[in-house]
Amino acid sequence: MMDITAILHMHAELSLTAVFILMFLLDLFLPAQQRHWLRPMACILLTIQLLANLWPEEVILFGGMYHSTPMASILKSILTIGTILVFLQADTWLRRGDTRHKQGEFYILTLSTLLGMYFMVSAGHFLLFFLGLELATVPMACLVAFDKYKGHSAEAGAKFILSALFSSGIFLYGISMIYGTAGTLYFEDIPAGLTGSPLQILALVFFFSGLAFKLSLVPFHLWTADTYQGAPTSVSAYLSVISKGAAAFALMTILMKVFAPMTEQWSEMLCIIIVATITIANLFAIRQSNLKRFMAFSSISQAGYIMLAVLAGTPQGMASLVYYIVVYIAANLAVFGVINAIEQHTHGKVEREDYNGLYKTNPKLTMVMTLALFSLAGIPPFAGFFSKFFVFMAAFHSGYYIIVFIALVNTIISLYYYLLIVKAMFITPNDEPVGNFRTATPMRISLLICVAGIFVLGILSGIYQLLNDTAML
Amino acid sequence: MLASLWASRSVNQVRGVMVAGASILLALSVYLTIDYIGLRQAGATGEMLFTASTVWYAPLQICYSVGVDGISVAMLLLSSIIVFTGTFASWKLQPLTKEYFLWFTLLSVGVFGFFISTDLFTMFMFYEVALIPMYLLIGVWGSGRKEYAAMKLTLMLMGGSAFLLIGILGIFYGAGGETMNLLEIAKLHIPHEMQRIFFPLIFLGFGVLGALFPFHTWSPDGHASAPTAVSMLHAGVLMKLGGYGCFRVAMYLMPEGAAMWGDVFLILTTISVVYGAFSAVVQTDLKYINAYSSVSHCGLVLFALLMMTRTSCTGAILQMLSHGLMTALFFALIGMIYGRTHTRDVRLMGGLMKIMPFLAVGYVIAGLANLGLPGLSGFVAEMTIFVGSFQNDDTFHRVCTLVATTSIVITAVYILRVVGKILYGKVVNPEHLKLTDATWDERVAVICLIACVAGLGLAPFWMSDLISNSVEPIISQLLN
Repeated sequence: MMDITAILHMHAELSLTAVFILMFLLDLFLPAQQRHWLRPMACILLTIQLLANLWPEEVILFGGMYHSTPMASILKSILTIGTILVFLQADTWLRRGDTRHKQGEFYILTLSTLLGMYFMVSAGHFLLFFLGLELATVPMACLVAFDKYKGHSAEAGAKFILSALFSSGIFLYGISMIYGTAGTLYFEDIPAGLTGSPLQILALVFFFSGLAFKLSLVPFHLWTADTYQGAPTSVSAYLSVISKGAAAFALMTILMKVFAPMTEQWSEMLCIIIVATITIANLFAIRQSNLKRFMAFSSISQAGYIMLAVLAGTPQGMASLVYYIVVYIAANLAVFGVINAIEQHTHGKVEREDYNGLYKTNPKLTMVMTLALFSLAGIPPFAGFFSKFFVFMAAFHSGYYIIVFIALVNTIISLYYYLLIVKAMFITPNDEPVGNFRTATPMRISLLICVAGIFVLGILSGIYQLLNDTAML
Repeated sequence: MLASLWASRSVNQVRGVMVAGASILLALSVYLTIDYIGLRQAGATGEMLFTASTVWYAPLQICYSVGVDGISVAMLLLSSIIVFTGTFASWKLQPLTKEYFLWFTLLSVGVFGFFISTDLFTMFMFYEVALIPMYLLIGVWGSGRKEYAAMKLTLMLMGGSAFLLIGILGIFYGAGGETMNLLEIAKLHIPHEMQRIFFPLIFLGFGVLGALFPFHTWSPDGHASAPTAVSMLHAGVLMKLGGYGCFRVAMYLMPEGAAMWGDVFLILTTISVVYGAFSAVVQTDLKYINAYSSVSHCGLVLFALLMMTRTSCTGAILQMLSHGLMTALFFALIGMIYGRTHTRDVRLMGGLMKIMPFLAVGYVIAGLANLGLPGLSGFVAEMTIFVGSFQNDDTFHRVCTLVATTSIVITAVYILRVVGKILYGKVVNPEHLKLTDATWDERVAVICLIACVAGLGLAPFWMSDLISNSVEPIISQLLN
C-alpha cells in the first residue's frame, strides 16, 4: 500500500498545479475591472513557485514511474524562469482590445504546457512520458491559434495540431513495439530487454521521430516556419525555447538511459540528422525576410547544435546541453522580445526591411538585438560563444570530429544571416525608420534579464560548474 | 575605459577619454617593456614573466592565464603605439563618434588580450573579440563598397576561426585533455597522427588572418573600405595576430606537424610574397596598393617563420613590428591625403609635395621604410629574415628564398612609382592648390610613427635581443 504522503515529494509539479488552479480561479472570479491584476499575479506566483523549488534533489516515486533527477529539477527551474520572461513579454500583446478578455486563458494554457514539460523531463516510464508530451502539446495548439480571428494564427494552429497528432501516433506506435519486444515500459528495466533487433530499431526510429517533431529537426521541421510566423510572437518565443529545451533534455536522458545498449544505432542516425538539420535550416534562413520565419529557421539550426551535445552522450554532454539551453533561452527571448515590441508598436511590422535604420531611432533596442544575435551566432564575450564552444568540446571529446567540423562551417553561414539583420539596423539607410518609442516596463524588465544573462552566463563560470557537478552525480 | 566611454556624452568628452586611455595604455606598455628588460637582465629565467592564472571553468581545465615573453612585449608595444596614433588619426570622424570609439576600444581589448593570453581558450576568445567589431567599424564608417567588404572580411576571418577552433580542440584532447595552458602543453607530446591532422588546421586558421595566399582576398577589400584608424589597426596589428598565432600555437605546440607541412606552406607563403608585390604594382588606388603590399609583407612574416631558424624567426617578429609601424603610417597618411583631395586614385593626383609638404615627406619616409632603406625599420627586418633563411642549406629553401627576395625589387617599383607620380611632377588638378597641410592632431600621429620607424631602424639591437631570447624556446622545440 502506497503512502499517500509520498506524493508530496513531487512538490515541483504539485506547486505548479497549485499556481495553475489559483490562476484559473482568479480568472473565473475576478471582476472585469480588476482583471489587470492577472498579469502581475501570474509572474509573482510563478516566481514563488520557482523559489520554492530551487533546490535540486533526486526523487523516485511509484516504483520508478516518476524519476526526477537533480538535473531534471534544475531544468525545471530554468524552464520556469523562461516562462516568467515570456509572461513579461506578453504583457503589451495581452492588453490589446482583441485579446484582453481572454488573457487568463493565455496564462492557464501556458502553465499547463509547462506542467506537461515537467512530467516529460521527470518521467521514469513511457506512459507518463507520453502523458507529459500530450499535456505539453495540446494546449500549445490552442496557444498557437490564440489570435483565432486572424487567419494566419488559426491556420498555424491547425498545422500545429495536425502534425503534432501525427507524430504522437508514430511515437505511440514506437512505444508499443518497445513493450512488445522488451516486455516493460519502465526506463529502468528496458535496457535489459534491448538486443538491437530490427523491430527495436524501428521502435527507436518511431520514438525518435515523435520527439524530433517537437524539436523540429530536419526532416520533421516542415510545420515550424508557418507556425512561428502565424502564432502570436510571445507564443513563438515560448515554442522556440521552452518547449524545445524540455524536449531536448528528455531526448537526451532517454537515449542515454533507456537506449544505452543501442548507442551505436542511434548515434549514427543522429549524425545524419544533425548535419541535415543544421545545414538545411541555415540555407533556408538566409532566404527569409520575415523575421519570425527567420527565427524559426534559426531555431531549427540551434536545435541541431543542441543535438551535438546529445550525440556526445556523456555527462559532459549533458552539462553542456543544459548550459546551452539556458544561454539559448536568454538570447532567443531577447530577440523575440525586440521583435515583439516593434510588432506591437507598429501594428505588425516584422519584415527585415522594417528594421532598416533602427539604430538611429531606437539605439537601446538595437543594442539588445545586436547582442542577442551575436550571442546566437556564438561571438565572444557573449554567453553564446561559451555554450557553443562547450557543446563542440563535448562532441569532439566523444570522437565526432567530422560532425563538429561541419557544424563549425555552418556557424559561418549562420553568422552571415545574423549579420544581415545587424546590417539592416546599423548600416542600411532608411527614410522612414520605425519611430522612437518607449517599451512597456514588463518588456524592459524581461529584456534586461535577458541581456544580463547574455553577459553574465559566460563570464561567470558558476552555472556551468553547477551543471557539471550535477551531471557527474 | 569602456565604461567611461559609455558614460561620456559629447564628442569632446569622447575624444578626451580616448586620448587619456590610449596614453595610459602606451605608458603602461613602455613601463612593461622596461620592467621586462630589467627583470631579464636581473637574471629571470622563466619562459614567460608576469604570469598569473585563475581557474575559470574547472571541469574543462579552462583557466584565465596570462603572461608575457619578449615577443608579446614587442607586440603589446606595437599595439599601444598604433591605438594611440589611431586615436589621433580619427580625430575628426563623424557621425556617431562615441559608438565608433566603443567598437574601436573593444577591438583593442581583443588584440591586447590575445597577446597576453597563455591559455588556448582565452586566446581564442580574445581572437574572436578582435574580429567582430571590424564588421561594424567597416560597415558603418567605411567608404566605397563597405558592406560587401565588411561581410567578406568577417566571414573569411570567422571561417579561419572555425578551423582554429577544431584545431584547438584537437590540441587539447591530443595532449591528453589535462590542460589548456600553452606552456604546459608544450612540455607534453601530442601524438604524431594528431599533429599531422591539426597542424594545417591551426596554421590555416591563423594564416587567413595573416593573409596567406589564397586566403588573402579579404584583405585588400577590407583595408580599402575601412576608415583610416581601422585600416591602421587592422593592417598594423590585427594581421600580426595571424603570424603570432602561427608561431605561438601551431609551430610551438606541434613541431612535428610543422616539419611535415612546412614545405607546403612555404610554397604558399612564397607565392603570397611575390604575388602580393606584383598585384600592388598594377593598382591605381592608394589603399589597394598598400593593402597588397601588406599581403606581401605579411607573407614574408609567415615565410620567415617557416624557415625555422633562430635568425629568420627573430626577423619575422621584427618584420611584424616594422610592418605594423610603417603600414600604420601609410594608412594614416593616405587617410589624411584622401580627406583633402577626396580621391585615392593615383592618376588624379600630382605635385602634392608643393601643396602639403609635411604629409608628402611623411609619405616618402614610409615608402623608403617599406622598400627597405638602411636606417629605417624595414631594412633591419628584411635583412634578418633573408640572412636567416639562407642558413638553410638545402636547395628547396634556397630557391624559395631567392624567389622571395625578388619582392624587394618589386616593392621598390611600386613605391617609387607612386611617390614619383603623386608627390613630384606637375599638379594635375588645379583644385588641389587650395588644400592645406596637416593639422596638429595629424602631425602628432605621423611624427610618433616616424619616430618609431626610425628608432627601430637605427637601434634595432635592444629589440632583436628582446625577441630572440624568447624565440629560443620555440625554436629548440621545433628543432628537436
